[in-house]
Amino acid sequence: MLAKRIIPCLDIKDGRTVKGINFENMRDAGDPVALGEKYAKEGADELVFLDISATQEQRKTFASLVNEIAHHLNIPFTVGGGISSIADAEKLLEAGADKVSINSSAVYNPDLINEMAKAFGSQFVVVAIDAKKEVNNWVVHTHGGKKATDKRLFSWALEAQERGAGEILFTSMNHDGAKQGFANDALEKLHHALQIPVIASGGAGDYGHFMDVFTLGKADAALAASVFHFGEISVPELKTYLRSKLISVR
Amino acid sequence: MKVAVIKYNAGNIRSVAYALERLQVDFSITDRHEEILKADKVIFPGVGEASSTMRYLRDHKLDELIKALQQPVLGVCLGMQLMCTYSEENNTKCLGIFDEEVKKFIPQQKEKVPHMGWNTITTTDSWLGERVNNQYVYFVHGFYVPVNENTAAITQYIQPFSAALKKDNFYAVQFHPEKSAETGQKILESFLNLTS
Repeated sequence: MLAKRIIPCLDIKDGRTVKGINFENMRDAGDPVALGEKYAKEGADELVFLDISATQEQRKTFASLVNEIAHHLNIPFTVGGGISSIADAEKLLEAGADKVSINSSAVYNPDLINEMAKAFGSQFVVVAIDAKKEVNNWVVHTHGGKKATDKRLFSWALEAQERGAGEILFTSMNHDGAKQGFANDALEKLHHALQIPVIASGGAGDYGHFMDVFTLGKADAALAASVFHFGEISVPELKTYLRSKLISVR
Repeated sequence: MKVAVIKYNAGNIRSVAYALERLQVDFSITDRHEEILKADKVIFPGVGEASSTMRYLRDHKLDELIKALQQPVLGVCLGMQLMCTYSEENNTKCLGIFDEEVKKFIPQQKEKVPHMGWNTITTTDSWLGERVNNQYVYFVHGFYVPVNENTAAITQYIQPFSAALKKDNFYAVQFHPEKSAETGQKILESFLNLTS
């Protein structure tokens, strides 16, 4: 049976992982390669490396980092952050990324999804959507959630699928950071609307939230950052927990 | 031992190379016929579309070369599909090493296509190694090879399909051993340890 995937997400700035990390057994928790390998050994199913660098100079560091990650990691990984052209994506493919995620650039230039799917295959293209529920609408935001757009979550996700996205990575801005669970209602609706896999992001706080996102939210994969980095949730224990709840995990 | 990884216009060749590097195997990525012919083992990887890659193989006379190889050859993902007779993906005539047709997944209920993620394999042949039966490996594919007499491992998705094949000196896996953590590593090692 196809397993539900657990995906730790690492934010990278200038070649280093950011966000406070308190691993006891790691000499250098700021090293994305070492941290990625640690997660892979613990049973993470995939990893996402998100480049949050602000400058072009730092971005160059990212491509060489991606190559180093590809040399060391024996599980699939996605890279994202600042990818706005075929050339950007190609550089990361060349460096060894299995998938790229595009967000703001896809909103402003939806043809980019078609072009990337055609050039590299749908399996390479993850469309990330940040959305915030305002009254009855899920409003798509760009620029790390700073800018509201006229796009709505469900219609935009469908459009992305039709244009050739291989997966949708949906982050609920209402739930992100609150540690009160994922946006299961919206996720379930996405699941029924789409034929491609949905990765849930935003809201993980405890083990039960992961069970809920798979059973109620029907997500194919769940992504989280800080709960893993701060050691609040360990990947092996999470897998044991989910297995005890009869959820299919690796 | 020297491994040749066939170089052609498909993705993920580098990922396979990195996995060999992690196993500290001596390898080269090459489309040079003499280098491929004299290698101890050959890996035929691939992610991409069937018809354009077959055209490339024919243009570079790699199709006849691959079919004639005598040493153990491992097809991975698209590589495995191209080793069959025909693929429904853009109506493509393939190498014909395995006498099977590659079919498109038709979702029955709520299954998603492509089949992407970690799924288990049930081994029906010993070449993959004893320790990998019922273990999870990583798949990404929208087309599949039905179960047949050359099937070496079976996975269930929509219906049972061939996760691995074996015929004479030809071996193939539908999943990505290079992305399948320790289990994938063991399978690569099993292939590399085969005595030809």
